[in-house]
Amino acid sequence: MLLIYCPNCLEHREEEEFSYGGEAHIARPLNPETLSDTQWADYLFFRKNPRGIHHEMWYHATGCRRYFNATRNTVTYEILETYQVGTQPQITGTDA
Amino acid sequence: MIQINRLPAAGRTDQNKALNFTFNGKDYQGIAGDTLASALLANGVDVVGRSFKYARPRGIFGHGPEEPNAIMQIGSGASTIPNLKATQVELYEGLEASSVNGWPSVNFDVMGLIGAFGRLMPPGFYYKTFMYPKKLWMTYERFIRKAAGLGSSPIESDPDSYEKLNQHCDVLVVGAGPAGLVAAREAARTGARVIIADEQSEFGGSLLASTQLIDGLSATQWVAEITGELAAFNNVQRLPRSTVFGYYDHNFLAILERVTDHLGISTASGPRQRMHRVRASQVVLATGAFERPLVFAHNDIPGVMLASSVSTYVNRFGVAPGNKLVLATTNDNAYQTALDWHYIGRTVVAVVDSRTGPNGDLVEQVRALGIQILEGHGLIEAVGSKRVRKALVAPINIEGTKVTGSVQVIACDLIASSGGWSAAIHLSSHTGAKPVWDDAIVSFRPGESKQKERSAGACRGTFGGLDGLLEGANAGAEAAKLAGFGTGVVQFPTPMVDQIVEQPQQALFLVPHNKTTSRAPSQFVDFQLDVSAAGIELAVLEGFESVEHVKRYTALGFGTDQGKLGNINGMAILANALDQDIAETGTTIFRPSYTPTTFGAIAGRDINHLFDPERYTAMHRWHVENGAEFENVGQWKRPWYFPQANETMQQTVDREGLAVRNSVGILDATTLGKIDIQGPDAAEFITRMYTNSYLKLAPGKCRYGVMLKEDGMIFDDGVCACLSENHYLMFTTTGGAAGVLSWLELWQQTEWPELQVYFTSVTDHWATATVTGPNARKVIAKVCQDIDLASEAFGFMDWRDGTVAGVKARVFRISFTGELSYEINVPAHYGRHVWEQLIEAGSEFNITPYGTETMHVLRAEKGFIIVGQDTDGSMTPADMNMNWVVGKNKVFSFIGKRSLERSDSIRENRKQLVGLKTLEPNAVLAEGAQIVNDPNQPIPMAMQGHVTSSYYSASLGHSIALAVVKGGLNRMGDVVYCPAADGSATAAKIVSSVFYDPTGDRQHV
Repeated sequence: MLLIYCPNCLEHREEEEFSYGGEAHIARPLNPETLSDTQWADYLFFRKNPRGIHHEMWYHATGCRRYFNATRNTVTYEILETYQVGTQPQITGTDA
Repeated sequence: MIQINRLPAAGRTDQNKALNFTFNGKDYQGIAGDTLASALLANGVDVVGRSFKYARPRGIFGHGPEEPNAIMQIGSGASTIPNLKATQVELYEGLEASSVNGWPSVNFDVMGLIGAFGRLMPPGFYYKTFMYPKKLWMTYERFIRKAAGLGSSPIESDPDSYEKLNQHCDVLVVGAGPAGLVAAREAARTGARVIIADEQSEFGGSLLASTQLIDGLSATQWVAEITGELAAFNNVQRLPRSTVFGYYDHNFLAILERVTDHLGISTASGPRQRMHRVRASQVVLATGAFERPLVFAHNDIPGVMLASSVSTYVNRFGVAPGNKLVLATTNDNAYQTALDWHYIGRTVVAVVDSRTGPNGDLVEQVRALGIQILEGHGLIEAVGSKRVRKALVAPINIEGTKVTGSVQVIACDLIASSGGWSAAIHLSSHTGAKPVWDDAIVSFRPGESKQKERSAGACRGTFGGLDGLLEGANAGAEAAKLAGFGTGVVQFPTPMVDQIVEQPQQALFLVPHNKTTSRAPSQFVDFQLDVSAAGIELAVLEGFESVEHVKRYTALGFGTDQGKLGNINGMAILANALDQDIAETGTTIFRPSYTPTTFGAIAGRDINHLFDPERYTAMHRWHVENGAEFENVGQWKRPWYFPQANETMQQTVDREGLAVRNSVGILDATTLGKIDIQGPDAAEFITRMYTNSYLKLAPGKCRYGVMLKEDGMIFDDGVCACLSENHYLMFTTTGGAAGVLSWLELWQQTEWPELQVYFTSVTDHWATATVTGPNARKVIAKVCQDIDLASEAFGFMDWRDGTVAGVKARVFRISFTGELSYEINVPAHYGRHVWEQLIEAGSEFNITPYGTETMHVLRAEKGFIIVGQDTDGSMTPADMNMNWVVGKNKVFSFIGKRSLERSDSIRENRKQLVGLKTLEPNAVLAEGAQIVNDPNQPIPMAMQGHVTSSYYSASLGHSIALAVVKGGLNRMGDVVYCPAADGSATAAKIVSSVFYDPTGDRQHV
């Protein structure tokens, strides 16, 4: 069970309080109607599945009810940082 | 009853306290401090079980969690536990034990008759033999399970209670042997919060059976001293009888504490077991090591044991499990067993050492006693049936691969063997650390730490006494420092122990026989599952190369000991057969649980009514008092129907439905999700979420909307009302409320934070009574004077503030029945009052309370969908024939809109919602029934769709069904069929999904 630092509550809380929100930093296209089916499908369905660094959304469902982002190593499950929606991660790369 | 093997020296037991127990129905006596295993050995019980596949008689082999044979059913009735190891069961007065393997008796076993048949059961036997014909598998399986006898679970529910405890600590020390004890002491001294847990009944680990001196004290005296020191720290929690069974992510560890198991009482108060869920800043693993048995022919005969186990029974329990010992070893360490045996006055017939010229300190002590040491020899075979009678011994070559001389026979009744020690790397392995093979110690070591843990002592491969103590102290101090306590420098003086000079051990994983492995009598590697060296070699011959595959093919390590005894030998034999070294072959990954964990402890108090919350509406007691049957909708208990005397459910539903159609009914609609939405951008936001527009929805008005996921599929539906400018109330489905709120928050927070809009769940704040039917207005008029109820003043899809039965209320003219309807929302705690006033007011019209079943029938008559019943996450609004709810001219591309134009969303032949009318009017189709065009076509038939909702409609006088059918909207009038399992098929005509009042006049009055 993960121990997650909520950047809004400013404390570590148990994973039980959170739910997973999927890959982060996927912007909704501003004009969906101008996209081809392929482009739209890419936004809709296709997600990264990296071995190593992954930026993802988490939702503090039984806490502040805020979404935030986390950088997690998908191999070790280490959470390297959590940060606010709308900001960029400090840790990037693919290191497994 | 005489305990024939009991020694005068008591070890850690108390000879003055006799304890009576039964084993397989027979009475025995042991003493306080015994385990079930030591008590059985004291009584001279040789056969304690039968092996899984060959039904061979088996005796007690080990003394801890590595025990493969003495697998017991303990207790009887509701609190019985199957599959406990006798070596880990503390004896108590009145204990009842029976072998789980060995039906009908361990001494005469019908499976024994097919023991010879066992030769015909090579690895992969089940895969090869029981595959065909498929239909017989169930028969085979029943036979195998019965014969294998893996214990039985109680049929009654468990009367005991269990609990969970969440804990934090700075340093968790796993294991209270020498390394763990000093680690805990160092950490405790820094002020860190320390938990030290050990699976045994008392702290001390291997020291409890040791004859070593520490600081001039006997090992057990030293343990008592240091345990006393730990007890004096109030920052130390000591947990004996507590197994750390799992090491999970982010230093989360689970400990199973057996609180009362050793007392044998089924407790009316207090928990039987307690699960500690510990988040530790730092962890010290001091879990010790397991001795490896030597693998030789018929090494499974009762009377063959681990060397350290023999010493443990002698020193700790005062039990000598035999008279004439032959010790087979590859190392110096096991010579201690010969010394222990000699000093209790029993005979050591011979020590069989695979090495030539051993001359370590212990070897020399044994030699000085005049005990025969056969150097460069192997114990190649044990002889006996239910007890060892002889050992066959022969000279072997220096590599340990061949018998090089003639075989001599040695009479004996006990064989102790030692092939060295394997570090207990299980918990480190749980963290994902990859074990590293070390030829120098002939063991795996823990891999590089993946979490905040370090290993110390024998579990790190440090098998010497002093070095382990030093490591433990350093690990404790280091862990405390990293947790923020102390300097990391060891404070206590190093305990003084005699250093024993040892010669190198030999790596010998299979003692050669004068026949080849495939021809020799079985050389067992995994006792419980009868995996032999020949079986592993055969698996390799059949092409298996990966250790994980071989493990599954042969079942190596699949028993309740999970390979603690046999895995390393098995992997080494595999490596040899593959002509690889052990490092190349690798090991399997250990995963939780370290030892079996009861479901009771995992569940804790989360059972029965505490398993999941139940939600009740404010009117719940009224429903109970008025005889409602309930159904679960999410966590809510909703009235399902209100039967009157002698009514069947169908009769009730018919009566309730007709009351609504002909006069008036009342429904508790409290459970519908309600989200209060406010903010200057509320209308814009809501419009982005629904398929239709709310930008022009005026205060006092309501609108029905459908919400899609971004893939265009219907996700929820409901009415949204404009309460005032910038203030809306969104109704969701009962089951979808939480999901919708999260969905709104997701988009607002992550995509459109610039929109000023706020959401509050108000589901529990309001109680809702729906009054519906042609007489609804007359009922409301009697309890509400401040709302103009005239149709022109308060029309369909309007809402009004007012007072109902003296309570401030919001009244919505929305309808899920197709009749004139008022949904009356009042603050929740007035719910029952208002409900009763409405019942009272409606009595002259015979107002009829109805439940969810009638609600479903009434809405289906109108063709109103239920999201999640008529849709399944793959349905667009067009599929539901609901294009009218999609705002084609909305400026913003609402969620899911683009997906409605995807090629798959617009393709022909999508399943579409239609009505079905059975040709036989009273036949009610099964919900979920498949629909085909021709019931006589060959199987597999071409499926055209399925029935989503189906009822008998009393007001229409025939059955009705909703269904999704490929291209159904263009197939009006076609007859389709629903085949049933019995071969029959029901014919139905495709019709409009609106069966009742298609023009909608009745709800507009």
